[in-house]
Amino acid sequence: MSAPAVPMTDAAGAAAGKGPRAAKPPGAKPRVQHKGAILAFVIPFGALFALFYLLPIGYAIYQSLLVIEREGTFGQATQVFGGLTQYILVFQNGPFWESIGRVLAFGAVQVPIMLGLALLFALLLDSPLVRGKKFFRLAFFVPYAVPGVIAAIMWGYLYSPNLSPFSAVTENINFLSADLVLWAIANVVTWVFVGYNMLIIYSALLAIPAELYEAARLDGAGQLRIAWSVKIPLIMPAIVLTAIFSIIGTLQLLAEPQVFRSFSSAVTSTFTPNLTVYSTSSIPNFNLAAAFSVVLALATFILSFTFLKFTQRKESK
Amino acid sequence: MSTLTPTKPARGIRSFEGKTPRAQRESPFARVSAMIVMGVFTLYFLVPIWWLLVAASKNRSEFNSTNPLWFADFSLFENMANLVAYRDGVYLKWMLNSALYAGGGALVGTLIAGMCGYALAKYNFPGRELIFNVVLGGVLVPATALALPLFLIFSQISLTNTFWSVFLPSLVSPFGVYLSRIYASASVPDELIEAARLDGAGELRTFFTVSVRMMVPALVTVFLFQFVAIWNNFFLPLIMLRDETLFPVTLGLYAWNSQVNQIPVLRDYVLIGALLSIIPLIIIFLLLQRFWRNGLSAGSVK
Repeated sequence: MSAPAVPMTDAAGAAAGKGPRAAKPPGAKPRVQHKGAILAFVIPFGALFALFYLLPIGYAIYQSLLVIEREGTFGQATQVFGGLTQYILVFQNGPFWESIGRVLAFGAVQVPIMLGLALLFALLLDSPLVRGKKFFRLAFFVPYAVPGVIAAIMWGYLYSPNLSPFSAVTENINFLSADLVLWAIANVVTWVFVGYNMLIIYSALLAIPAELYEAARLDGAGQLRIAWSVKIPLIMPAIVLTAIFSIIGTLQLLAEPQVFRSFSSAVTSTFTPNLTVYSTSSIPNFNLAAAFSVVLALATFILSFTFLKFTQRKESK
Repeated sequence: MSTLTPTKPARGIRSFEGKTPRAQRESPFARVSAMIVMGVFTLYFLVPIWWLLVAASKNRSEFNSTNPLWFADFSLFENMANLVAYRDGVYLKWMLNSALYAGGGALVGTLIAGMCGYALAKYNFPGRELIFNVVLGGVLVPATALALPLFLIFSQISLTNTFWSVFLPSLVSPFGVYLSRIYASASVPDELIEAARLDGAGELRTFFTVSVRMMVPALVTVFLFQFVAIWNNFFLPLIMLRDETLFPVTLGLYAWNSQVNQIPVLRDYVLIGALLSIIPLIIIFLLLQRFWRNGLSAGSVK
């Protein structure tokens, strides 16, 4: 969930804005200039991308189409082509779909809360209401410097009934119980990522020229009104982007629940889809684990793509 | 993060430090409520880290018996010395590993992503759009989905449980290519490249001496995001590594934390180790801030 923060629409703009190169003489046969240099620039990344992105995707699909066959109970195990056998197993696998449902519920609650807070803080930082902006910006962003694993370890202690500094609360409410542990993890993720998302939205706000709402101010609009009618519509692309990366991050949830397994027995080995992949591969049943991976990657891709299309259509209306 | 919207280097952009005019016009009620909200959440964000600092500065007997949010005998440095001495300094080895994975990986990764993005922005060649679209699709493929197949491939060539099994896949940053391309199209003028050509500089030389300099804000951003991504990466090392001397610090602390029930002394080391592991990233982020500001002011001069 670390990274991209550029409105995707820029890609199209940059690509479309590139006309044919002026250097090309008119009527000449289209010939690629500087071939050697282009190869030298593209090949290092291209080769690594092919090896460590495309090849694994292909290999996962290939592995997911195989089944293990044994001759008798103790016979030699061989991999043979099994068609969609593994995928049928995936679709029959109750715990896997429960884990998908769990992270979807997680995302439906946690992502709006996290982005809502991020938006609120960004708007407050951008308004004349808050003093000490530099301090708040830094203080809210610091948790992002804490890796997910470390944040989960830390909160694990904060939640624990007897070690927590808030034992008055944690002795009465068991955050690590089966009912609450999902939301305890949601809090950890929120704690880490609010500041990061806040900064992305805040940068988008800074890019709005001040004249745009000077006019609204002169018309007597208050801060709330300006935020709602001027600022939020203008920074919608940034919000959509943070939402997409949050959705991807949610479906990939792994480090935090994996750490929480040592604090709470309620976190099972199939708590999230990625934990299912991990525990299936440590059985080891690589073919089924590969099929889980493929289904999960596809689900992630479809969900974020649909969300992107959906918001774009809404905006154009 | 201003460097992330490079296509519009902003006339009339306000800097991060800019004072918003006319604070006095807002109602005191609105101002007070805004400050209360910010104050409450400052506690939410900082108290856990404060608790970690306090907890890491205590010895074991004080951990349960004294106020968890205030210092007892300040034995932070003692605890640090114990941590570093534990099992022949395996913790320092982990920190070094993390620095190598993240620092080296982000450095090389940024360079190759920058080169590729630059070529996609500044040269016309068949297959350019195809390459760009495939890379863009790569941005949406979660890296965790690749960890298992990478493990399977690496085990075919006996490369699992090596430094390279974590380092090499970390070099690939589709987002880096994407950002470099956008930024190079917007901020490296074709005329400048032509001028360098007329001066007789080769294409590679032009890139490394002229274009790279103009792409610095984008490259720094790519570097930092990739650094954080690798530093925080958990699934890939978890699945690849067995030998604990190859662990990054996140995996090492995770391993200790899951043994706390058997070996109680590890709890002290996990806490102080967690505290120390945060510091490098905070330093990196402070540097990052400076670059944002520079990027911003550079953008508004134009």
